[in-house]
Amino acid sequence: MKQTKANGTEIVVPQLAESLVSATISKWLKQPGDEVREYEAICELITDKVNAELPSPVEGTLKQILVTEGQTVEVGTAICIIEETGRERPEQEEPAESPVTRGTGVDGYDGSGAENRSHRYSPAVLKLAAEHGVDLKMLKGSGLGGRITRKDVLQYVQDGKPEGQQPDAVRNVSPASAAAVATEAVHVPVRSTGLHLTEHPPIPKIELEGEAEEGRGEYLIDVTPIRNTIASRTRQSVSEIPHAWTMIEVDVTNLVQLRNSLKDEFKRKEGINLTYLSFLLKAVVNAIKDYPIMNSVWAVDKIIVKRDINISLLVGTEDFVLTPVIKKADQKNIAGLAREIDELARKARAGKLSLSDTEGGTFTVNNTGSFGSILSYPIINYPQAAILTFESIVKRPVVIQDMIAVRSMVNLCLSLDHRILDGVICGRFLQRVKENLESYGPDTKLY
Amino acid sequence: MAVISYLEAIRSAIREEMERNEDVFVLGEDVGFKGGVFGATKGLLQQFGEERVMDTPLAESAIAGVAIGAAMYGMRPIAEMQYADFMLPATNQIISEAAKIRYRSNNDWSCPVVIRAPFGGGIFGGLYHSQCPESIFFGTPGLKIVAPSTPYDVKGLLKAAIRDPDPVIFFEHKKCYQLVKGEVPDSDYIVPIGKAEVKRQGTDITVITYGLTVHFALEAAAELENEGISSHIVDLRSLQPLDKEAILEGAAKTGKVLIVHEDNKSGGVGAEVSAIISEEMLFELDAPIMRLCGPDVPAMPISPPMEKFFMLNKDKVKEAMRKLALF
Repeated sequence: MKQTKANGTEIVVPQLAESLVSATISKWLKQPGDEVREYEAICELITDKVNAELPSPVEGTLKQILVTEGQTVEVGTAICIIEETGRERPEQEEPAESPVTRGTGVDGYDGSGAENRSHRYSPAVLKLAAEHGVDLKMLKGSGLGGRITRKDVLQYVQDGKPEGQQPDAVRNVSPASAAAVATEAVHVPVRSTGLHLTEHPPIPKIELEGEAEEGRGEYLIDVTPIRNTIASRTRQSVSEIPHAWTMIEVDVTNLVQLRNSLKDEFKRKEGINLTYLSFLLKAVVNAIKDYPIMNSVWAVDKIIVKRDINISLLVGTEDFVLTPVIKKADQKNIAGLAREIDELARKARAGKLSLSDTEGGTFTVNNTGSFGSILSYPIINYPQAAILTFESIVKRPVVIQDMIAVRSMVNLCLSLDHRILDGVICGRFLQRVKENLESYGPDTKLY
Repeated sequence: MAVISYLEAIRSAIREEMERNEDVFVLGEDVGFKGGVFGATKGLLQQFGEERVMDTPLAESAIAGVAIGAAMYGMRPIAEMQYADFMLPATNQIISEAAKIRYRSNNDWSCPVVIRAPFGGGIFGGLYHSQCPESIFFGTPGLKIVAPSTPYDVKGLLKAAIRDPDPVIFFEHKKCYQLVKGEVPDSDYIVPIGKAEVKRQGTDITVITYGLTVHFALEAAAELENEGISSHIVDLRSLQPLDKEAILEGAAKTGKVLIVHEDNKSGGVGAEVSAIISEEMLFELDAPIMRLCGPDVPAMPISPPMEKFFMLNKDKVKEAMRKLALF
C-alpha cells in the first residue's frame, strides 16, 4: 500500500503465494462509491496457484478502479483507490531519497563531515602514479573526502600532464599513447604481486582421467558375486578350521574292469555315463556309516553329528566352482548316485542350481582326477569336518606278494578338521573307503 | 529465439537432455504426477513414463543416495530437492559420497549426478523455503555448483551439468522462476560450467554477483547511469569452480569491487571472491572490497515486512553501488 494520491489509499495486488508474480482480476465485488469495511472482499483474483478474494486492508469508500476485470497485472500493482474514513491521512511514509550527489572534491570534503582523505592513496593510485610519473599533489581528488581515485589519475594522464612533469622514462610519450598505456594497464588483469600464495603445493603423482600411467602391465577383473562367495568361504574355512591332511593309495584294478564291462550297457539303458565317482561315493557313504564322526560339525562346546549323509560335490568351470549336494546319499544305490551326479553337474554348469540344490551338505567329495590331478590339498567345505578328493586313476607297477604287477592305482586325499578328527579315526575311515573300493568285483550290483 | 521464463528454461533443458540421452532420468518429491511443486518437471511423466520420471518418498537422503548410486553405475540422474532448504538430510550423501568417489577410487568411479535445488527468498516462504545453502557446499572440492540468473544461462548450464562427468549442484533462484524471462536459442547449446559472464560493461565500479541479485544490480546500474556512474557487472554463474580469471579481470577493470549475494555475509561466496582479489591484485585496488549480503541471522523471517527488510533489493544494491562509486 502506498499513499500517493492526495485523496486515497492505493490497494495493490498482494503476494498470494510463493513464486507468484502476477494475478488476474476476475471480478470486482465493489464498485466506485461503495462503502468498504476493513477485511471486506473487494474483488476476486485468479492466479496460477490460487483463486482468492482480495480483502480490503482499510476501511473507506472505493473511489476508483484502476484495473478492469480480465486484466492481468504484476504483484504490487495498484488496482484501486480507497478513500479512508475516520482517519486522518497519515504523513507521507516514504522518506525522501537521501540526496547523495557525486562528490565534487572542490574543497576536499564531501560535506557530510567525512575526514579529509586527499592524502590517503589507494594501492591502485600509487601504482598508476609511479607508472606514469604523476605527482599526486598536482591532482584534485573526486572521491570521498577529496580522495584521489584511480580514475582521477587515469583522467589526468589521459588529459596530458602539464609540461615539465614527465620523468625521463615517459618524457616523450604523447598523451594519446600514454592513454593507451593506461588502458593497457587496466587490462593487465592478473597478479602483479610477487607473492604467489595460491600456488598449489606439490602433490603426489596420481592417475588422471584418460591418462593411463605408463608401463602399467596389468589389467583388472571385476570380482563377481560368486567369486566373492568363494573367497570369503575359503578364507573362513582356512582361518577357522585347523586343517590336517592325509592320503592313501587304493588299488582299483577290479573296479576298472567292472566299470569297463558295464558302462556301455549302462549308457544305453540309462542314457548317462557310469562314472568312477558314483562307485567312490558309494564307498565313501558306506564308510561314513561306519564312522559317523566324519559327518559332523564343530560347535565349540559340542560336536554335532549329522544323521543324514548329504554329499557335497565340487563342480568346477574355468571361472568358478559350485557345490551341489546329493541329499541322503546313503539311501541311493550306485545307479541312483550316477544319475544324481549327472543331473547336478549339468545344472551346475548351466548355472541352474537352485538354493536347495546347494544346501545341507555334510561331507564333500571332489573328483580332482577329472582335471588330471594326482595329489591335492583340499580346503574343507566350511563348516563340515572333512573333504575327500578322488585323484586320477593311473597304471603303476606295484609290489604284490613280492611280485611286481601293473595295477590301476588311485590316490585319495583327505583334509580334516583337527578339532573334531585325529589321525587314527581318519586312518580307519580311509582304510574302510579303500576296502570298499577294492571289494568291487564282477558281482557288484549297480541297483 | 524464443522468449521463455526461467522455469521453462529448466523444463526444456531437462526435456531435451532426456530426449537426447536415454540414461537421463528425473527423481524427486512430486516431480512426476504433479510435475514438481513449481512445475519444473511438468509433462515429463507423460512424455517419458514413470521409469524415467520417478516420484520419491519424502526423504532427501534417499533421493540423493539413489541418484548417486545410479550415477555411479552410469546413469545420468537429475535429482530434485523440492527446496534447497530440504537438502540438509542429503548432505552426507552429497559431500561424503558424490564429491569424493572419483578421488577415493583413483578415477575408477565417477558420479555424474545433477542435484537441482530451488534456493533463495522473496516469496514469503519463511524459514524453510527461503534459505541459501550454497556456502554449505561451497568449500567442498569435488562438487561443482552453479547458480544461473537468466533463462539463457539456466538452459545452457543445466545441459552442461547433465552432461558433466561429475556431481553438479544446480541452484535455481525460485523467485526468478516466473519473474525472469529472456531470449533462448532454439538450437542446442551449453554454457560451460566455471565461466562467469560480464552482464554489463562499465568503468567506475565492478559488481560481482550471482542469482537473483544479478537483476537487482542490473536495474540499479541502469538507474545509476543517469547519475553518471558506470557499472561493470560480472555474473559468476558458477560458484564452484569460481572463474578466477573473470573475477580478477572484472576487479582490475575499475579497482572498486562490490560483491553482492543473498546468502549471508560470513563465510559466503563473497568472502572467497574477496580473498582471491586481495591475494592476487592488491595494487590494482582503489577502494576496500565491499560486500552486500544477507544479514548474519539464522533465517528468513516469515513476516512480510521483515522479509522485505531481510532481503536485498534494487534500492539496497543501488545504495551500496553509489557509495562505492563515491569513495
